[in-house]
Amino acid sequence: MIEVRGLTKRYGAKIAVDGLTFGIEPGNVTGFLGPNGAGKTTTMRCILGLDYPDEGTITVDGKPYRDMAYPMREVGALLDAKSVHGGRSAYNHLLCLAQTNSLPKRRVDEVLELVGLTEVARKRSKGFSLGMSQRLGIAGTLLGDPKVLMFDEPVNGLDPEGILWIRNLMKALASEGRTVFVSSHLMSEMENTADHLIVIGRGKLIADCTMAEFIAQSSGAAVRVRTPSADEFTRAITAKGATVAADDDGALEVRGMSIEEIGDLAFTEGIRLHELAAVRASLEEAFMELTASSVEYRADVPGAQRPRPTIGSGV
Amino acid sequence: MAATTTTPGVQLSTLPPASGRAGLRGVLASEFTKLRSVRSTYWTVAALFILGVGIAAIAGAAIASNLQSNPVNKAGMDATQASIFGFFEFGQLVIAVLGALAITSEYSTGMIRTSLTAMPRRSVLYAGKLMVFTTVALIISLVTSFVAFFVGQSLLSGSGVAASLFHSTTIPANAIQNGGPQSVTFQGTDVISASTVLTAVVGTALFVTVVALIAFGLGAIIRHTAGAITSAIGLMFVVPIIVQILPNDWRWDIMRFFPDAAGRVLSVTVGPPNPHLWSAWPQFLVTVIFAVVLVGIGGYLFSKRDA
Repeated sequence: MIEVRGLTKRYGAKIAVDGLTFGIEPGNVTGFLGPNGAGKTTTMRCILGLDYPDEGTITVDGKPYRDMAYPMREVGALLDAKSVHGGRSAYNHLLCLAQTNSLPKRRVDEVLELVGLTEVARKRSKGFSLGMSQRLGIAGTLLGDPKVLMFDEPVNGLDPEGILWIRNLMKALASEGRTVFVSSHLMSEMENTADHLIVIGRGKLIADCTMAEFIAQSSGAAVRVRTPSADEFTRAITAKGATVAADDDGALEVRGMSIEEIGDLAFTEGIRLHELAAVRASLEEAFMELTASSVEYRADVPGAQRPRPTIGSGV
Repeated sequence: MAATTTTPGVQLSTLPPASGRAGLRGVLASEFTKLRSVRSTYWTVAALFILGVGIAAIAGAAIASNLQSNPVNKAGMDATQASIFGFFEFGQLVIAVLGALAITSEYSTGMIRTSLTAMPRRSVLYAGKLMVFTTVALIISLVTSFVAFFVGQSLLSGSGVAASLFHSTTIPANAIQNGGPQSVTFQGTDVISASTVLTAVVGTALFVTVVALIAFGLGAIIRHTAGAITSAIGLMFVVPIIVQILPNDWRWDIMRFFPDAAGRVLSVTVGPPNPHLWSAWPQFLVTVIFAVVLVGIGGYLFSKRDA
């Protein structure tokens, strides 16, 4: 259980996090989403006491992180896989962490085995690939068998196998009743992993809801219709107050009517349908829509595809 | 990649129940592991030992041969200083690197974020780091200083000027050259007590250790390896040069307020005391005060700044 209340953090004149409030429940994978520069890493650094908030309070299981008797037994956090001394072996890196929290040495061997680094345990981590570094970092988070786990952009730069491994690990950890809090700017990744979402943009909270709610609340829910009598059916639908947009391939995209209503309407109007399908907005679209105004560094690419204008504001 | 698993389970053995809280004991063990598990520690320690003992050996052999051909130089010969000056001069340089790295390597590698996540009580982490580093630096310094002394003196034995830690030695105070190099008349004697020699050998080791702490403090303040090493060397070696070129009428009065001055008193066992400096231990206190202030500021900033 992580509770963030009114968190504000400035770096000089720049506000990185602006009055952020949210809570994270155990037993879930909670995704922490936002464009680059939205304040995800800053928020995580403040939770761990690495940075001092300018305002607000943060507790993990009711206590500030600093006041925990054995921090590693309660929280396992990996902000950056490269936050290790490259000259130290994987084994010694984990050993020096375990010693600070009086964790037994055998624990080091166990977590190395778990992440599959036993064979390179005595090698200096300087020579590790990003995937191996990521595994070493994750081994460190598991040393104390913590109830809460935090990962900042864990799949960044990983190959598909590594991504799958981390995805399964996070799900396994959550299924054991642990709190898993994972940030990403890759929506597609969250779609496969997270149950709950915290979305921020420019340091402010944009959404705090379940994955299903997040997708549903975006206005992207539409019905795709293909018919040889497109003009006629368009008139019938607009007469019912719904909106119709023509797709590039000639199909119609209907908003404001359920799939059942559209089917019934076609039947009563005697119009033949070749296709009738619900179009679910992807998380990617919902996210783009919600954060469109809060992207900090935007590059205008001529001809680049933008969120479709028919999608209205979701919040 | 080794032993890839795509469906990880989290079957780990149960941890023994914890009592109390993570504290200094764990941090001391952890910091010792950190220090002994990187190569830079061994390189710097080896460099310190080889330079200190090597220069003592070279100086001992060179002086012994010089005294054979020019016995006049026996007068006022400070055999102790001849053996430990290499350790004193270059030891400062090398150990300043080790002191700075003790802190800055955590910042340059990003390890500090991992360390502080494991032990978020920063004053405990800083204190543990400081204690482990001080202990290691002190042991290395003492060993190097004593070995340098014994190696140097053994090469000087037989030349009549070798100092000893076990009994006082007597050397000629003045010499007059009569014609040829071997025709020398000695006048007066200097008696070097065993305790004076011990003060020089131990004091120099303590001085080098405290210089390491100055670098440690600068490391915590600057958080940048090159910056911290440069500042420490600047303070110990460049500032004294600047003081040297100041006007004569007042440079003598400010010399004693700089941390390098103690070394020049502590390593000397022969001759009258330098009138512009305090005696060995008060002068050493100046160096200690520099270290305490810098380590203190470093600790304060370590606790207060974003990591």
